[in-house]
Amino acid sequence: MSLLSLRGVRKAYGDNVVLDDFGLEVSEGECVVLIGASGSGKSTLLRCINLLEVVDDGVIELAGTDITDPRADADKIRSTIGIVFQSYNLFPHLSVLDNATLAPIRVHGVPRDEARRRALEMLDRVGLRDKADARPDDLSGGQQQRAAIARALVNSPTLMLLDEITSALDPELVGEVLDLLRDLRSEGMTMLICTHEMAFAREIADQVCFLHQGRLLESGPPAQVLDNPSQPRTQEFLRRIRT
Amino acid sequence: MTDWQPSALQLERIAYRQRRARRSTLIAVVSSVVLLVLVAIGIGSTPGWPRVRATFFDPQRAWEALPVVAEGLWLNIRVMLICAVLIVVIGMALAILRTLRGPIFFPLRVFAAAYTDVFRGLPLLLVIFLLGFGVPALRLQGVPNAAVIWGGAALVLTYSSYVAEVFRAGIESVHPSQRAAARSLGLSYRQTLRFVVLPQAVRRVMPPLLNDFVSLQKDSGLIAVLGVIDAIRAAQLETAIDFNFTPYVVAGLLFVALTIPLTRLTDYVARRQGWYGGGGGPV
Ligand SMILES: Nc1ncnc2c1ncn2[C@@H]1O[C@H](COP(=O)(O)OP(=O)(O)O)[C@@H](O)[C@H]1O
Ligand SMILES: [Mg+2]
Repeated sequence: MSLLSLRGVRKAYGDNVVLDDFGLEVSEGECVVLIGASGSGKSTLLRCINLLEVVDDGVIELAGTDITDPRADADKIRSTIGIVFQSYNLFPHLSVLDNATLAPIRVHGVPRDEARRRALEMLDRVGLRDKADARPDDLSGGQQQRAAIARALVNSPTLMLLDEITSALDPELVGEVLDLLRDLRSEGMTMLICTHEMAFAREIADQVCFLHQGRLLESGPPAQVLDNPSQPRTQEFLRRIRT
Repeated sequence: MTDWQPSALQLERIAYRQRRARRSTLIAVVSSVVLLVLVAIGIGSTPGWPRVRATFFDPQRAWEALPVVAEGLWLNIRVMLICAVLIVVIGMALAILRTLRGPIFFPLRVFAAAYTDVFRGLPLLLVIFLLGFGVPALRLQGVPNAAVIWGGAALVLTYSSYVAEVFRAGIESVHPSQRAAARSLGLSYRQTLRFVVLPQAVRRVMPPLLNDFVSLQKDSGLIAVLGVIDAIRAAQLETAIDFNFTPYVVAGLLFVALTIPLTRLTDYVARRQGWYGGGGGPV
């Protein structure tokens, strides 16, 4: 059974139809990479799954539950999905540690000491233990992005959504963040990743999905979609991104 | 730590900067003295100066009036402090009401908007007159008639509408991506407001907020029109004894002395603001 299942999802902003009859199945432990031109609807898709946007039609099921049902407890569902944004979005008024303990304490009811312990452990994992008391603004881009990943992971999400998380980073900082994703992958975390790093997509993905104008145009294993795309649009996109 | 010693070049730079700094100080002192002397000569040579000095700057009268005026000022300080607390609470509540979404809150939003429109538009003096003379005239049972209470209420009503707008601007200046990040972690609307949006908003509006309180300190003197014996009214009573206006000058100097620390604090906070980043967004 799929952990995440999308069927007929539609999302429009005014006349601009961003997602159109969109379907996708993600099984537990799978790593799905979304590729597509800028504006093809990748971020919108992740925001819909995280219920930061309300879909206009269709169904999104997480572990068999329809999360697009307006009667569903959106806060509770969000608390089980981790999302990391391109622009980190750390809370600038809180230390790195407090960023990572806010949700465990306030949402998950973890006692303060326990939350600090777990957060420190997680910061240790992402190599930021010595930065626990620093403010986000005093960190490099790569460190901020790792802190944002730690903030999401500390809640033990069942699904991680990662939206072009290396796009704002200097090339030499990209590696440290991708290493972290490789680790997560090997631990069996279910992930949905938007990226422009094709080499990384090829390496990490079980399934690559090509979005074009809000539709899932082509999907399959990386060897198929990235090396032998059947759709002319996919071929054109890959050609453009390589040059 | 390396055992760094400044190079000869760096030492020369430091010496140069010190020379420049000394020169700047010297120029500032000389120009200030020259200006003050010129102003003193200019004013002192006007035909009316001896009379003005006698009626406004009589050291003997100033000394006599000081205790009475200072006691009045103590009332201003207490009124100011109590009002400031109420203003912050009410201003924050109004700002939050205005940002609430959803149809249930429609009447509250309208109330908050109408409140701020009305009390920002009404001259403070008018509100003081209306409340200070109007409410006691109603002869309501169980309602205090003390002028100082209604004067304070007028200050609270007017200033909370200013402060509400300051807070609202602060709340709206927090980038939507901060809310998205908080909601994505599972924080509810209220928790997002309380732990993510408001702390950032309040930090950001600190300078304009303190500025409003500097202004409140002075305007607390307006309740004198209700007959409350504050610093200004006390000075007025003193003046009435012999028509020497020195007590007014004393009251003015005390007000300035009172606002200077808060003004300096405002400057300091504003300067420190530079250290706070915008929050979110690639730099
Ligand atoms: N909040 C919004 N309001 C209006 N239009 C939006 C909004 N968010 C995204 N869009 C539009 O949706 C389309 C897809 O955007 P996005 O999902 O960010 O694409 P991608 O992440 O693939 O670059 C774009 O045309 C964009 O202008
Ligand atoms: Mg995007």
